[in-house]
Amino acid sequence: MNGFNRRRAALCLLVLTLGLLCAVTAAGTLLAGQAMVTDFTRKNLPPCVPFLFGTDWMGRDMLSRTLTGLSLSIRIGLLTAAVSAGIALLVGACSALLGGWVDGALSWFVDLVMGIPHILLVILISLAFGKGFAGVVAGVALSHWTSLARVVRGEVLQVRAMPYVQVAEKLGLSRWAILRRHLLPHLLPQFLTGLVLLFPHAILHEASVTFLGFGLPPEQPAIGVILSESMGYLTTGKWWLAVFPGLSLVGVVVLFALLADQLRRLLDPASVHE
Amino acid sequence: MSLEGKNLSFAYRRQGRVLEKLSLTLEPGERVGLTGASGRGKTTLCRLLAGYERPDRGEVLLDGRPLGRWRGLCPVQMIWQHPETAVDPLLRLRDTLSEAGGVEAGLLEALHIQPGWLDRYPAELSGGELQRFCIARALTPGVRYLLCDEMTAMLDPITQAQIWKLLLEQAEGRRLGLLIVSHDSSLLQRLCTRVQTL
Amino acid sequence: MQPVLEVRDLSISFTQYQGGTRRRVLPVIRRLSLTVTAGEVVAVVGSSGSGKSLLAHGILGILPYNSQMEGELIYQGQPLTPQRAARLRGREIALVPQGVTYLDPLMQVGPQLRRGRRDAGARAESRAVLERYGLGRETEERYPFELSGGMARRVLIASAALQAPKLLIADEPTPGLDARAAGRILGHFRELAQEGAGVLLITHDLELALTIAHRVAVFYAGETVEEAFAADFPAGRLRHPYTQALWNALPGNGFTPISGTQPGPGEEGPGCPFAPRCPRRAADCAGDIPLIEAAGGRVRCLHPEGGKTP
Repeated sequence: MNGFNRRRAALCLLVLTLGLLCAVTAAGTLLAGQAMVTDFTRKNLPPCVPFLFGTDWMGRDMLSRTLTGLSLSIRIGLLTAAVSAGIALLVGACSALLGGWVDGALSWFVDLVMGIPHILLVILISLAFGKGFAGVVAGVALSHWTSLARVVRGEVLQVRAMPYVQVAEKLGLSRWAILRRHLLPHLLPQFLTGLVLLFPHAILHEASVTFLGFGLPPEQPAIGVILSESMGYLTTGKWWLAVFPGLSLVGVVVLFALLADQLRRLLDPASVHE
Repeated sequence: MSLEGKNLSFAYRRQGRVLEKLSLTLEPGERVGLTGASGRGKTTLCRLLAGYERPDRGEVLLDGRPLGRWRGLCPVQMIWQHPETAVDPLLRLRDTLSEAGGVEAGLLEALHIQPGWLDRYPAELSGGELQRFCIARALTPGVRYLLCDEMTAMLDPITQAQIWKLLLEQAEGRRLGLLIVSHDSSLLQRLCTRVQTL
Repeated sequence: MQPVLEVRDLSISFTQYQGGTRRRVLPVIRRLSLTVTAGEVVAVVGSSGSGKSLLAHGILGILPYNSQMEGELIYQGQPLTPQRAARLRGREIALVPQGVTYLDPLMQVGPQLRRGRRDAGARAESRAVLERYGLGRETEERYPFELSGGMARRVLIASAALQAPKLLIADEPTPGLDARAAGRILGHFRELAQEGAGVLLITHDLELALTIAHRVAVFYAGETVEEAFAADFPAGRLRHPYTQALWNALPGNGFTPISGTQPGPGEEGPGCPFAPRCPRRAADCAGDIPLIEAAGGRVRCLHPEGGKTP
């Protein structure tokens, strides 16, 4: 029974996606210099052997630009998802543990944030923080924590009402000990899955905001910038300028979704023995 | 020196009044049986006396002091009908037991808890095996009253007899006060010094 | 007479992960055999966690995804395949489940009993069946959360009885009920048996089982160790030492426990799983123990009660 099984498959897939994402990030960082090199002797080349993704109107290598853009996206995704998840944990846990009017106020605030269209909120916050890197990170981080906060609140409320937590209280365990021993371990699987699921959201929203011109500055080879610039050249038949960066972005997002799926398969009690 | 519930009234938000001006006193060394039809509030009474729930009116006194004022280990412990919910599914039973401070090795042996079970998770043990852990945990030094809510209703007769035999010895030796909730009149007859019907 | 249900050498095991990615197979039910004939109440008695609920799920074809079943299930003379079970369950084969959670919380009792039928005939039927179990007309309009434990239990029985089942399986139908309510519920099962159904009652409560069952199958560590008539218990005609120990441990009898604990799934050594606790154990108990006919019942023991002590 110890050969290949679903759980091992999930673990392998998890490691593989993680490795692939790390590789993209590393490659993008290393190729950052090359992505800016202009060479007018090789401009507007369609995909060929030395330039797999082609080159643009300034002769820049699109493969390096795409990889650099993706690595930027992934790094921003990591940062914003981490900040978002932190806010979610804080708000959700406070809401559930303090109760009363604090819970009421926080729940109202969560509903309020959820009620505003996502992209609008990201743009507004990004503008308020002066666009650029700081604007994008703040915009995405401050708008994506709401649903995870709800999950955290629900989970904490549920675990806290369990008899084993009540018994621990009566045995004289401190609040801190109960939090550490009983609440956090139950929260972790939900939280981790939620966190990984935040990445693709964050990445897509970063790209959209940048594409619309409210995010990263045009000199940075971000995917949003690449796509928005390519718009002007699509009508002249230079399809490779949009297709490859776009597909790569979709690929990275799918990888993250796959990662979250495997993680859930390993942690979710409903499928744990599959 | 006793556990007293005085004029306890309690209502759940949706179901209306469950208890109305009920009083009950439990002395050390006493074993009081509590019986009555379903829905009469036997479990609710246990929850009030153990301090899990506050009464709408009336008070619970331990040695004349309100039970809510005790800090640290509560001398009144409740043992639940379904042990599966009373132990954390993500903790090994060794860690669950350690929450009660140390438990004497002799006690584990007397409860037929095998050393191998300590390293397992609750899902790997049966209800009867988990209930033994819940009892070991509740018998930590400092506990003086045990509220046993249908403690052995889900267990087979042999396990039931084993568990009660040990608990009666412990209660005798440590002058514990026991409140025993059960539908089984022959069980209450075996165990109790007096029986009260709700 | 052809039995309604025949179970021959049924085994059910689970595949579980243990410590990360290693998988192991846990046998929960081993070599279970029993028969239920029409008009008869057969009780399966075993302690919690002995896997007896899985028997019900196995018969109905609703085992969890990580389980495997072996052995033979024969219903009305024909093999009971999962496909056939799916066709028959809820109609000829009815389950009275353990928990009230099996009722749809968002549906009133009446429509739930009628299962989508809206004609006058269905209405009359559902009203009649509720009345039969002492539930008034107003019950039809109630939602499950508005029912007390006893009422919900009776609704579940009404729902099963409405289909006039040939085989009724009741899984722990009485916990949480006081003795009178439990007695009433069990009385309903006996009634259904008198009307011609075969009733399989799965419970941990030996005393209650003895009040209505004709025959009792005793379950220990995943095996049937004895099939006895209910009358054998008070008459002292028990065959297996474990059954005898169960009887002696009842509060109404001796309340005397034996020591030790039941081995969990996968912990049984070779041979008789009861041997380590058995007062009658002998050297040959470590070998294979067949289920043998003894005094009208069956027993899985080489040195049964009543015989010579080894």
